[in-house]
Amino acid sequence: MPARGVSATSGQVSPRLEQFQTKDVKPSMTSNATRPPRADGLPRPSDGLTGTPHDPTDGGYFGDFGGRWLPEALVGVVDEVAEAFAKARHDPEFLDELDRLAETYGGRPSPVTDAERLTALVGGARILLKREDLNHTGSHKINNVLGQALLTKRMGKTRVIAETGAGQHGVATATACALLGLECVIYMGRVDTERQALNVARMRLLGATVVAVDSGSATLKDAINEAFRDWVTNASTTYYLFGTAAGPHPFPMMVRDFQRIIGLEARQQVLDLTGRLPSAVVACVGGGSNAIGAFHAFLDDADVRLVGMEAGGDGIATGRHASTISAGSVGVLHGARSFMMQDEDGQVIESHSISAGLDYPGVGPEHSHLAAIGRAEFRSITDTEAMDALALLSRTEGIIPAIESAHAVAGAVVLAKEIGPEGIVLINVSGRGDKDMETAMEWFQLNGDGPGTVTTSTSATGNTTSKES
Amino acid sequence: MSGLSELFAATRAQNRAALIGYLPAGYPTLAGSADMFNALIDSGCDLVEVGVPYSDPVMDGPVIQAAAETARAGGFRLTDLFGIVEKISAKGGKAVLMSYYNPIMAYGADAFARDLAAAGGLGVITPDLIVDEAGDWLAATEAHGIDPIFLVAPSSPTERISRTVEHTRGFLYAASTMGVTGARDQVSSLAPDLVARCRELTDLPIGVGLGVRTGAQAAEIAAFADGVIVGSAFVSAVTEGEKQARALAEELAAGVRGTVPAIS
Repeated sequence: MPARGVSATSGQVSPRLEQFQTKDVKPSMTSNATRPPRADGLPRPSDGLTGTPHDPTDGGYFGDFGGRWLPEALVGVVDEVAEAFAKARHDPEFLDELDRLAETYGGRPSPVTDAERLTALVGGARILLKREDLNHTGSHKINNVLGQALLTKRMGKTRVIAETGAGQHGVATATACALLGLECVIYMGRVDTERQALNVARMRLLGATVVAVDSGSATLKDAINEAFRDWVTNASTTYYLFGTAAGPHPFPMMVRDFQRIIGLEARQQVLDLTGRLPSAVVACVGGGSNAIGAFHAFLDDADVRLVGMEAGGDGIATGRHASTISAGSVGVLHGARSFMMQDEDGQVIESHSISAGLDYPGVGPEHSHLAAIGRAEFRSITDTEAMDALALLSRTEGIIPAIESAHAVAGAVVLAKEIGPEGIVLINVSGRGDKDMETAMEWFQLNGDGPGTVTTSTSATGNTTSKES
Repeated sequence: MSGLSELFAATRAQNRAALIGYLPAGYPTLAGSADMFNALIDSGCDLVEVGVPYSDPVMDGPVIQAAAETARAGGFRLTDLFGIVEKISAKGGKAVLMSYYNPIMAYGADAFARDLAAAGGLGVITPDLIVDEAGDWLAATEAHGIDPIFLVAPSSPTERISRTVEHTRGFLYAASTMGVTGARDQVSSLAPDLVARCRELTDLPIGVGLGVRTGAQAAEIAAFADGVIVGSAFVSAVTEGEKQARALAEELAAGVRGTVPAIS
């Protein structure tokens, strides 16, 4: 069969995509970084910062979504961030340092794994895995925090605050702050500190102060509210290191640009491995940073489907879910106009998901735009479907994904069957599941006499051990 | 001349500042909410701010957050706002709303302004809406004769103050400090400078809010501002009881007259 995706890479913009051109810019597409190209031809993080034909307007709008819906008191610091990023993205010194840290500290590039056993079991499209779970700190979050922490240093700020849900962004932020010698305060909903106790301990070990937030629903959205309250009070010394591609402009664009390396690498890796582009790129979507990072390099490849998997919790029909685009409506939350979960009075509805990292009632504005123009599709994956997929990937490929990423796996398996053996489905495995073992132990009853196929023959193990010792 | 312009013209004529008291709507109870606003007006508030209890109040400190949660738990719905405002204006009181923007957007900007105007409300303070994003809201408020009241902060440069006052009607809300709502022991030193910078750009009355809780603080602010806005301290007083709320209003009302020599 013809390499159907490749033909779309010639630079021609299809009529369907024309409306997607949000700004008439001619980005250089060439990084100002000074290091010689990698021997393997793969791009570097700095290549994500060159500007794209899909950048927002000066006001921060992707189509009808985005903008700056924030208190006047925060306009000054947000402007400061925007100016600093606008300069940094073209500054060779900044770009070289970002590339150096990404490779020598973060572990980039991350590989693409051919999931042969999973592919065989599913019996549909060939499934490939982009392995962001192999990054330092265990997820894609490090891509963004290294960039923003370097920006913090450039801006002369000494104190970093951040919100975290599952704790992955908190751990990554605490890590970057330890590396660069910055004071670090992490806001985390009380409920999340309890279900992600291990990550709280990791952040504290890394020297961060973790503040448990009791207000509102005591989850991620409330942690963000508290971080904004801190920022408005301490704006002159403090940088708010936002974890996802949401919030007021320029955060959705900046976080996306630091995460673009995922898709830039993966696109080249899939071409190198298979000689063609994937039929679909699949990622989980909470706020949406790993998804926009994975999707973005494929936006102009009209034949590549971009599919986001939202957290379905107990199912959309139950009302207990976090499927913001699939079942929400348009409003303003945390600085941006986007889809969100709200009641008819505009009160934000508490979201529900087994995955703390997806348990958020908002979503980044660029995803809302991609949904509105039909360039990306969004589906909903229930807790049960995600946990089944977590076990499936563990047993077929020996990869325990984060519960967040398991949502992508669950959706991709269905998609692979729909697409059939001719196609290729690329899954972004955004993080690893070590942090979720407590949830997994409870869900699969791994501790006791549960129904899983875990062997509980302790005496046999004991014998083996005694012989070896 | 709008109701707010009349109000500030009158207080300026008396050479004093206006006292502006805030409570969340539906607090302490939904049934007793309008009466509590009227008690504040009886006891010396020239204007009340009827706050919309919101799930995600990023500019509010713990006192107002907790009160808003109490009001929502007590069954507050957005449509209750207009009944409360109607009961205030029916008694001759003056009221503006204070609302985060998402509830207004959900209700529909035009419908919101229309229903507020019908209830006799005078304006709306929008703490998380900047003029840059206010196109729909400005059209709605203009169509229904409601004053859009925007905020400026100590961090606002001249250019932004200028753009903000251009679209503000009624009065300008100057945040006295960089931070969230909540009573403080001392009045911020940033407020006089901010008000002075605003005066160079506009003749609008200027209300100063964030952190005021005593008559002495009110007098200090009244020396340079047209309105003294008190929120968290009133909420705390109402939590104790109507008597305490009335006593605080009386103390603050004396404070805003502090610069006026006693009438002989």
